[in-house]
Amino acid sequence: MLFYLIRRIIYAIPIALAVGFVCFMLVQIAPGDPINAIVPADAPGDVVEQVRRDYGLDKPLPVQFGIWLSKVVQGDLGRSLATGRSVWSDLSGAIQNTLMLAVAASLIGFTLGCVLGGLAGTFRGSFIDRAAVSVAVAGVSVPHYWLGMVLVVIFSVQLNWLPAMGAGPGGSGDWAWDWEHVKHLVLPAVTLAVIPMGIVTRTVRGIIAEIMNQEFVTALRGKGLTRGGIFLHVVKNAAPNALAVMGLQLGYLMGGSILVETVFSWPGTGLLLNNAIFQRDLPVLQGTILVLAMFFVALNLAVDLVQTALDPRIKRA
Amino acid sequence: MRLRRFLMTACLAALPLVAAAPAAQAQGTIRIGMTAADIPLTNGQPDQGFEGNRFTGIPLFDSLTMWDLSSADRPSTVIPGLATEWRVDPNDRTRWIFTLRRGVRFHDGSEFNADAVVWNVRKVLDREAPHFDPRQVGVTATRMPTLRRAEKIDDYTVALITSEPDSLLPINLTNLFMASPAQWDRHRAASPNAEAAWGAFAREPSGTGPFRVTRFVPRERLEMARFDGYWGEKARAERIVLLPIPEANARTAALLSNQVDWIEAPSPDAMPQLRQRGMVITSNAQPHVWPWQPCFVGDSPLRDVRVRRALNLAIDREAMRTLLGGMMAIPVGTVPRGHPWFGNPSFNIRTDKAEARRLLAEAGYGPNRPLTLRVQISASGSGQMQPLSMNEFLQQDLKEVGVNVEFDVIEWNALFTNWRNGCQHASARGAHATNVSFAAMDPFFAMVRFWDSKMAPPVSNNWGHFNDPRFDAMIAEARNAFEPAERDAALARLHAAGVDEALFIWIAHDVAPRAMSPRIRGYVQPQSWFVDLRLPYIQ
Repeated sequence: MLFYLIRRIIYAIPIALAVGFVCFMLVQIAPGDPINAIVPADAPGDVVEQVRRDYGLDKPLPVQFGIWLSKVVQGDLGRSLATGRSVWSDLSGAIQNTLMLAVAASLIGFTLGCVLGGLAGTFRGSFIDRAAVSVAVAGVSVPHYWLGMVLVVIFSVQLNWLPAMGAGPGGSGDWAWDWEHVKHLVLPAVTLAVIPMGIVTRTVRGIIAEIMNQEFVTALRGKGLTRGGIFLHVVKNAAPNALAVMGLQLGYLMGGSILVETVFSWPGTGLLLNNAIFQRDLPVLQGTILVLAMFFVALNLAVDLVQTALDPRIKRA
Repeated sequence: MRLRRFLMTACLAALPLVAAAPAAQAQGTIRIGMTAADIPLTNGQPDQGFEGNRFTGIPLFDSLTMWDLSSADRPSTVIPGLATEWRVDPNDRTRWIFTLRRGVRFHDGSEFNADAVVWNVRKVLDREAPHFDPRQVGVTATRMPTLRRAEKIDDYTVALITSEPDSLLPINLTNLFMASPAQWDRHRAASPNAEAAWGAFAREPSGTGPFRVTRFVPRERLEMARFDGYWGEKARAERIVLLPIPEANARTAALLSNQVDWIEAPSPDAMPQLRQRGMVITSNAQPHVWPWQPCFVGDSPLRDVRVRRALNLAIDREAMRTLLGGMMAIPVGTVPRGHPWFGNPSFNIRTDKAEARRLLAEAGYGPNRPLTLRVQISASGSGQMQPLSMNEFLQQDLKEVGVNVEFDVIEWNALFTNWRNGCQHASARGAHATNVSFAAMDPFFAMVRFWDSKMAPPVSNNWGHFNDPRFDAMIAEARNAFEPAERDAALARLHAAGVDEALFIWIAHDVAPRAMSPRIRGYVQPQSWFVDLRLPYIQ
């Protein structure tokens, strides 16, 4: 297990390098100029060139990438071109906000997905199954930014029950777990939960239905086990696969939803990335994507380890 | 049935919790939803274009000269700020003498004087200065291209030196905000380098403006409180809270759900709903031009003044105004009629499709030889109004006079970058015009940078490579006219000539729509990019 862990961590190094390089090159290939984050469009050419030199943006691309990489290995993600602030200071706050949103959305999405999927799989072909599948299909089909806007119109604009935007009455800096703050989380979390809810519902339904048809379930039933007892066996068999899907979904949620965070002005990684893309703020883009990629790798590793723990048949050589 | 009753009871019991009214706001706090995606820089030289100057420039810092933002009825003009008077040295027209206001203090309590002015000029122009900040150069040097250095004459008099005689300097200086040297020194003492000191200064800035920063949450909010030691008329609101909400629908929802009291640039679609819910929509003529800028070289059909005039005459601007829900002004040039720089052009910009067809026919275009134009536009972007729907409208409108318009739609940042490259550059991809909106607050930005042959790329924004010695001479004349009336007359001649040559296809002027709660009183929307935040208050 230890060797497996070390090997997986070593595998993360080329992934990090590749992510950093691809991100760097994509920004360079895209039309536009990172200098626009620092100087206005009407800046005279000599000022533009001077600022370009001041920021090292006139250096050859490999040199720029090398400088960035050497700083990253020392734990320095650099400074935002647009704001001058440390990338890590902005990113750490954004990660906390997105983590909060992702966990809330996961709790809603995974709970509903497991319940609906479990019911649908157990009562396959029934009205419950059809209803659950309809909800799941709607969940993965409805554009979540559209759903977010509709929820805002209903619950914020019309009913005035929940806030339309932001991460707390005083911003995320003074977050507290009371209703005044938590109500800011409700609409974005529900919006973000819809897709994972749909995916988990369909996954769990398929797994449960397949397990329910297996001979050992018939045997358990024949031995006179109660429905609850059979259910526990089915859940135990379904858990590893369902967990793998949920782990991936949590990873996607952690990546932050650019659209949902923009609709709700939620100051997470999605909004940070969105602004960085429009401003060609290269250090913020590279730093954010690198950290999120590493998070994704770590999450996958954690899921693999939990899967092994749950199902000893899965060997990690 | 019992379950249903239980659920109903639970829902009803939960209603008061969910429907709890928003927390009561402190009296006199105005919450503003900006279009910016982040808080504009608070180091004394804001980014985010003029929205930055509007919200973290003018309210926190003052400049030597300032805009008069007190009236909605007349064009905003330059008035004394931290300088009470100024004149050019009669023996050396590159030397301006500024007399400073006495008794002014920064938010940190230190005194504003000539040393502070010299320090603030050096922060962007003197690379040897310990507090030089390359970050601030881009947004400052750009806006005062001839300023070279400052010299202290006595505690309340400074000389500002320009590279060439430049009568426009007092207007340019509205963009040089005075930050507190004492506050920066304090931060420098606790920081490893000047860059870090400026970072710390941005978190705890100190200027002489009517508001001081009380709380700064990066990317989320900036809270400002009234500065009771302000040298001029004090602000009426106790606090201002700035919130970056870049998405237009989110801004509208925030206003309608009482999370903010004022939003910038509501989308035209939301206007009826905002009005229906009792919100106040404000707008006024703004020096914000939304044009097509022609290419004057190569095989561009816009080299021909008849074609440029025809396009100006073919546009039904009233219909476009209807499309935008009334949120545009109809242009007759870069500045409106009645402006000191408007002049007396002979070409009258209006809608006259018959005359447009005649001019096109005279230029050799007609049913047998239709004119095809390629225009580079963006799908969105700061200050770009509604670029897609407006350009599609133009495409349809110009078709009526036999002009086929093709669009090269690119992303806003790329359009900006291409603007500096010029129409002969590969990035223009053969475009005959570009659609970048611009501010026309001062003569350099309104006219000089487009019509001076020396301003061709890569120097500045003469994207179309316009080159006419008559215009160069008129610009030189304006720069050397040091009496305000004489300078305005020279600029009026320049503007009139530009209209006569139809150097832009003038399509719309933005009117800076804002929506605000009816509880806001005292607000004045001047004919400017800026507003005086000292005036509004919450009832």
